[in-house]
Amino acid sequence: MSTQINVGTQLGTAGAADVLDKPVRRRSIETRRPSGKKVFTRTMLNVAALVVFLCSVFPVYYMVNLAFTPNAKIVSRTPSLFPTDFTVNNFVSAWTREAAQGQTDFPHALGATVTVTAGVLVVTLLFAFLASVALARFRFKGRRTFIVSILIVQMIPGEAMMFTIYGMIDDWRLLNTLLGLGIVYTAAVIPFTIWTLRGFVAGVPADLEEAAMIDGCTKAQAFWKVTFPLLAPGLVSTGIFAFIQAWNEFTMALLLMSGYNLTLMPWLNAFQSSSVGGAVNWGAVMAGSTMIALPVMIFFLIVQGRMTGGLVSGAVKG
Amino acid sequence: MATVTTPAGPDSRLTPSRRELEQKVTDRERRRRRRDARGGWGLLTPASIILAIMVGYPAVLMVIQSFTDYTVKNKVQGTTPNFIGIQNYIDLFTKSDFPAVLFRSLALMVVLTALILTLGVVIAVLMTRLGRVWRVVVSVGLLLAWAMPPLTATVVWGWMFDTQYGLVNWVLNTLTGTTEWTNHSWLLEPLSFFFVLTIIVVWQGIPFVAFTTYAGLGQVPAEVLEAASLDGASGLRRFRFIVFPYVRSILTVVLVLQIIWNLRIFTQVYSLQTRGGVAADTNVLGTYLFRQGVGEFGATAAIGVFMVVLLLALSWGYVRTTLKEEEL
Repeated sequence: MSTQINVGTQLGTAGAADVLDKPVRRRSIETRRPSGKKVFTRTMLNVAALVVFLCSVFPVYYMVNLAFTPNAKIVSRTPSLFPTDFTVNNFVSAWTREAAQGQTDFPHALGATVTVTAGVLVVTLLFAFLASVALARFRFKGRRTFIVSILIVQMIPGEAMMFTIYGMIDDWRLLNTLLGLGIVYTAAVIPFTIWTLRGFVAGVPADLEEAAMIDGCTKAQAFWKVTFPLLAPGLVSTGIFAFIQAWNEFTMALLLMSGYNLTLMPWLNAFQSSSVGGAVNWGAVMAGSTMIALPVMIFFLIVQGRMTGGLVSGAVKG
Repeated sequence: MATVTTPAGPDSRLTPSRRELEQKVTDRERRRRRRDARGGWGLLTPASIILAIMVGYPAVLMVIQSFTDYTVKNKVQGTTPNFIGIQNYIDLFTKSDFPAVLFRSLALMVVLTALILTLGVVIAVLMTRLGRVWRVVVSVGLLLAWAMPPLTATVVWGWMFDTQYGLVNWVLNTLTGTTEWTNHSWLLEPLSFFFVLTIIVVWQGIPFVAFTTYAGLGQVPAEVLEAASLDGASGLRRFRFIVFPYVRSILTVVLVLQIIWNLRIFTQVYSLQTRGGVAADTNVLGTYLFRQGVGEFGATAAIGVFMVVLLLALSWGYVRTTLKEEEL
């Protein structure tokens, strides 16, 4: 199953060109003799690049900017584009105020999200790792069928089954518990994690293991001593992917959690729509948003080179 | 765990010793396969169990429920719901807003997919023609947009389009030199609501397409392009006849994924609705289902079944392409 959370980001095996480092193509003809027309083209391209950059970055910048601007200046007819009256009060408010009457505050929501995310991460990586080894290293009947069903399961929209899953979780007395939410998330991220890790395992040549076995290792020893260390980067990327999915998920968290057990996304949703003691504190909302977005942004930067490969791995390899 | 090897039949041309040898090899092979099967399925067990319980079981359950009048009353009182055939499906398409919601979702999906793909490819091509510094600048920008959690992105964009204090209204006032845009509500009118929604989703969707396409463009051999341009092929023709065939398979996968993701969109729509949209006029499949609420399990199951079937049908192309491209 994959809920909405499958949507956001995909990273994976193929090691799609690391966009920050590698130039894709030489421009040998164009750079040989700069004429007036070439200079003009170059300038236009750079202007276009600047526009793309500004459009992409502005909302992120604006969020951070407002997070450091006093609320009184935010709720004003003239918008503040720079944090002239720099303040951290918004972060204090976001950290201390309840999202709404009878609902959790940021530290609790953060704790809940970290707990769920960590649990999902550990279980998913373990289960998916075992499965990917089976799919990449063993030859047995039903293997191909399993791979096909993983692909299909990955395409089943989990949120379409939201009320059936709600009923199940309710029957198990796991409604509004982190365990219930964690199980739902684990099932949601596991198919893609298996798929991605399978690529990483298959990418380590089996010859290496065979060589170790000739030197006297057992199959298991050969795997742990030779292949596993080479898989570390793959496990990190896949883990980060699972982390981002669980962190960003909103639909099921909104449905299953309430009151003091809200995770960060439903916390933000409650915080931005209802107000404790007067109007919504938009500075605090932006501060909360910034704190929620920050971990994801950091992890995105870590895995940026491998971000696109997974889902299009077959196609990218060419 | 059946084994599949058939022992080699007697062959008169083989000397007995060779036949023995071959028999030995197939024995070992068979043992290896049996061990592989046991080990393989053993390793698959944990993942299989969780997928069976959390995907297989609810999927079957949902299909069954969709043919019953199961409600929360049955759940509380412990009574058995009645089998009512396809009544839920008939009601869904004749007595509810669902057809309108479905049409709206599909239309929105087409617009979003077209915009994201077009702009994504254009930016990817742009990136191949930039110098190193500018390419890094563009990449960092795209990466930041991509990394924003959808909900926080919607919160920020929603504030920028705020009726009273929004940046957009202020900018439009300043540019036009009027006060026409003061207190202009962007979310009240459905069409204007979807305009804002489109901006948010396209803004977040472009990076994936741009990065993926850019990676694909890297495979186009520079020599061929140079040769073509020396022969006088224009930029557009070079793209159509040389570049496009190289990235076609990537674009196919990206297209299918965009179709699926844009049909499943939930967070941005839901969040914008709480910022002032009229939910009844702006629901898409996901939010429509969510707003049915817990209770009418039979009726909501029918919606769920329809969504699953629709999305699986649309993703069939992706599954097939991936299986074809991937060495299994």
